[in-house]
Amino acid sequence: MTNALGGLAAVLPTAVDPAMAVTSAGGAIDVAWLLVALPALGAAVLLLAGRRSDRWGHLLGVAMPVASFVVAAAIWVQMLGLSGAERVAELDLGTWLSAGTFTVDLGVRVDPLSMTFVLLVTFVGSLIHVYSIAYMEHDPNRRRFFAYLNLFVAAMLLLVLADSYVLLFVGWEGVGLASYLLIGFWEHERPNAVAAKKAFVTNRVGDLGLLTAIMAMGLLFGTTDIGLVNRGAESAGEGWATVLGLLLLLAACGKSAQFPLQAWLGDAMAGPTPVSALIHAATMVTAGVYLVVRSGGIYDAAPTALLVVSIVGAITLLYGAIVGCAKDDIKKTLAASTMSQIGYMMLAAGLGPIGYAFAIFHLLTHGFFKAGLFLGAGSVMHGMNDQVDMRRFGGLATSMKVTWVTMALGWLAIIGVPPFSGFWSKDKIVESAYAVADGQGWQPWVLGTVALVGVGITAFYMSRLFFMTFHGTRRWDDGHGVPGDAGETADVQHPHESPALMTWPMILLAVGSAVLGGALAVGGAFTTWLEPVTGHAEHHEPVLPVPVIMTATFVLLLAGAFLAWRQYAAAPVAVVPPRGSLLTRAARRDLFQDTVNEALLMRPGQYLTRSLVFGDRTVVDGAVTGVAAGTAGSGELLRRLQTGFVRSYALQMVVGIVALVAVVLAVRI
Amino acid sequence: MTTMLHAGSVLAGIAEAGRTTTGEEVLFWILAPVMVLAALGLIFARRTVYAALSVILVMVSLAVLYVAQEAPFLGIVQVIVYTGAVMMLFLFVLMLVGVDVADTFADTLGAHRWVAALFGIGLGAVLISVVLRAADIAPQGLTAANEGGNPSGVARIIFGDYVITLQVVGILLITAAVGAIVLTHKERLVAKVGQRERADARIAAGEVLTPLPAPGVYARSNAMDVPALGPDGRPLEHSVSRVLRIRGQQRSVAEVHAHLDPGTGTGSTPPERTITGEEQVR
Amino acid sequence: MNLSNYLVLSVLLFSIGATTVLVRRNAIIVFMGVELMLNAANLAFVTFARMHGDLTGQVVAFFVMVVAAAEVVVGLAIIVAIYRTRRSASVDDVNLLKS
Repeated sequence: MTNALGGLAAVLPTAVDPAMAVTSAGGAIDVAWLLVALPALGAAVLLLAGRRSDRWGHLLGVAMPVASFVVAAAIWVQMLGLSGAERVAELDLGTWLSAGTFTVDLGVRVDPLSMTFVLLVTFVGSLIHVYSIAYMEHDPNRRRFFAYLNLFVAAMLLLVLADSYVLLFVGWEGVGLASYLLIGFWEHERPNAVAAKKAFVTNRVGDLGLLTAIMAMGLLFGTTDIGLVNRGAESAGEGWATVLGLLLLLAACGKSAQFPLQAWLGDAMAGPTPVSALIHAATMVTAGVYLVVRSGGIYDAAPTALLVVSIVGAITLLYGAIVGCAKDDIKKTLAASTMSQIGYMMLAAGLGPIGYAFAIFHLLTHGFFKAGLFLGAGSVMHGMNDQVDMRRFGGLATSMKVTWVTMALGWLAIIGVPPFSGFWSKDKIVESAYAVADGQGWQPWVLGTVALVGVGITAFYMSRLFFMTFHGTRRWDDGHGVPGDAGETADVQHPHESPALMTWPMILLAVGSAVLGGALAVGGAFTTWLEPVTGHAEHHEPVLPVPVIMTATFVLLLAGAFLAWRQYAAAPVAVVPPRGSLLTRAARRDLFQDTVNEALLMRPGQYLTRSLVFGDRTVVDGAVTGVAAGTAGSGELLRRLQTGFVRSYALQMVVGIVALVAVVLAVRI
Repeated sequence: MTTMLHAGSVLAGIAEAGRTTTGEEVLFWILAPVMVLAALGLIFARRTVYAALSVILVMVSLAVLYVAQEAPFLGIVQVIVYTGAVMMLFLFVLMLVGVDVADTFADTLGAHRWVAALFGIGLGAVLISVVLRAADIAPQGLTAANEGGNPSGVARIIFGDYVITLQVVGILLITAAVGAIVLTHKERLVAKVGQRERADARIAAGEVLTPLPAPGVYARSNAMDVPALGPDGRPLEHSVSRVLRIRGQQRSVAEVHAHLDPGTGTGSTPPERTITGEEQVR
Repeated sequence: MNLSNYLVLSVLLFSIGATTVLVRRNAIIVFMGVELMLNAANLAFVTFARMHGDLTGQVVAFFVMVVAAAEVVVGLAIIVAIYRTRRSASVDDVNLLKS
């Protein structure tokens, strides 16, 4: 096993050889910094101009990511014309920090991996911006919302384009800040503010990992340049590489809501729906996967860390799927599904070079269908007076045709029905999970089976969401009461289709969900595209024959979907949630994640704080007041020196100068 | 005479390679005591103007020393800026504030003066020992640097290495000028009163608009203190200067009349009726 | 003659200027003391320039003069402003720092 990994690692350095890595490509690549600068400029203008830009702010807010996308597309087209190794370019924009021998350069790294992200972020981001124009139309603070969205996009682009971990950290924190601002956008309601704070604090835990890792890199390699660190990771020894890998994993867990730092993601639904779409599809949670794949060199030198990555991914995968089955809130179900899908990506990333490309592939397709699903959910909420409880939906297919079709495509994609996008990416991950290492030991069996079971559960809960929302009986009040609900009556609803500004982004994303995966998977096009970064991975035979795996996947998928259909489309759905089994009840409470966090971290922290406060009052304050009293006494004495005459102050200065020079003279003699 | 010649030769062709000529040495030993004495005048001069004049002397001497030290440009600038502009500004302000503000030497701060003097001397002592310690360098002279002329050499550095500094200093000068204007600006608290406003006010107050009548004219006495007579024969009291009235030096018509010699009719024609100042209005 | 004579002269002038600032109470004379100190520093600069064979010292002296001119303008304006309100040019009368 070690041999195999060592062999794979040997591939990597040749792929990113320093001589080839730095190319002055010219053309559009040279203006890659514009990618970050444009949305950042948009955010700055919108924030600084304030209310004056209320009238045209949203237009500028949309124009900036679109312009970024145009630049990205130009770069992409240019890169397509280059050969594999030439596609890696590092743009040096000058020295940023210089402290003795340690310098950090300000640079942009343009390679297939970062460009994949840039294209995803700018394209999906632009669509979400367009969608937000209509979605936030009646919000008085729409301009501020767009400023934050632009900031979000700029930070994410900085994160993926950075050529050093320090610069990456800037983008990392920028993403954290923007998510905080956006999750708590309606901060006048307390739960929203609390959710924003929760996301922020949880992210800080992860940031600690990244920060420590960066410090360790400075210590070990004397540089934080991503290329240099990854090429030299092996020289640091496996022990250090493992430490670095685990620290980076902690960071990735915080940002990507992986176990055990997953608690914030569900609450992050407090933000406006476009924000959720942005966080889940393009800008935030994918950052963790990006970090792991980007640090491939480190993980290749640390098999243990890699194993931990895949285990964390596997746990989160199941965790998210189980939670998703129990939630009745449409957005929270989608949030749980994101958690689970990111778990898939982490699992793939944890498989080493063989999985990196599949992780990014799944991330890309997921970006499309998850954004589509979230925008669809937003559209449903838009038509249903911001109702989020799926038990109050049902039979909406006739009222919102476009939303229904687009969400259907997203749903088919996420559960992995061929030939939609999700099938191509997810099936590869399941396959590679079974193929880990040399096919020895327990790993392929456990990881593969988890991935396989995950497919079934995903099919169940996503179908549940889809059927509960669009099919089955109507469970909302159309003015003539709710059928089959004798008890309480809900608000009268007038479900209607959303305006074109909202439906068109959804349609585009739905088309992407349908065809993107297939288009990129043909002939391994995407894997080849990423090869300059991830290195060429040899294909390993899975422990089970591929047809068996595919059949099992398909059977589980159908079973899950059928179960959901029988329970939520064919049979009536209770408006009031039934008590449910123990697991359901636990899953409704996110498997007690908040309770665990409170018991393990919050309460001890509070006790520690209280004892510290006590110690502070008695010991520290005592000393401080003592010092204060002493100072006051001596001040009373010194007060006599203060005559208020300028001349006497000048004299004191001269006395000081003479004494000083005399001392210096005396010392030098 | 020889000294003059020496000084002349010093100014004409100064030492090469930083070595001082005898001429420069003589110049220094003449100027240095003068400068120190003049500077001491700043401490001891009782009148501010004398202090200013002694500072001017120090500055002019400094300019000469600059020229001797192969810095002719600075020497000229020293004369123009310091003696020409700065010290003149000082003198202007002196005139504005009052030349006769003499400083009393009785110090209000007790022993302050003696302590200050002590530490002033101490400062000189420590600095001299620093200088003697540090300045042990073989002088290189400016012959090479001044080859294309001293002003162009200085200009090359100012507009080369220090061009940013020059801009900043320019901004500083403008700021200082504006600052001075702001500081000395007097805020106008009421609307400006012009001729028109004065006239309006006078009419509104109902005062006499025409010039006051001239005092009485009796050619044979000082006429300024005698009121004039109105057309009705009554004396017009306000025709006599206000000052004389307040001082009580005014004379009544009757008083003057009494002194007149009725017999002699030369000069002016005496009135045919008796003028006492108390006639009835006709 | 040793060039350090110039430096000694510069130090003497500087000390006299400093002492003037300390002992005189007329703000204008105090100010002239400050000017004297600046000039003494300039003399040192010029001498150093000659010692090192580098005109930069003269340039710095030049800048000192310009800055001193700016300082004089503002300083005298302050003195005039104070004199207008207090009818006094004594630095001891400006003692609001006390209390």
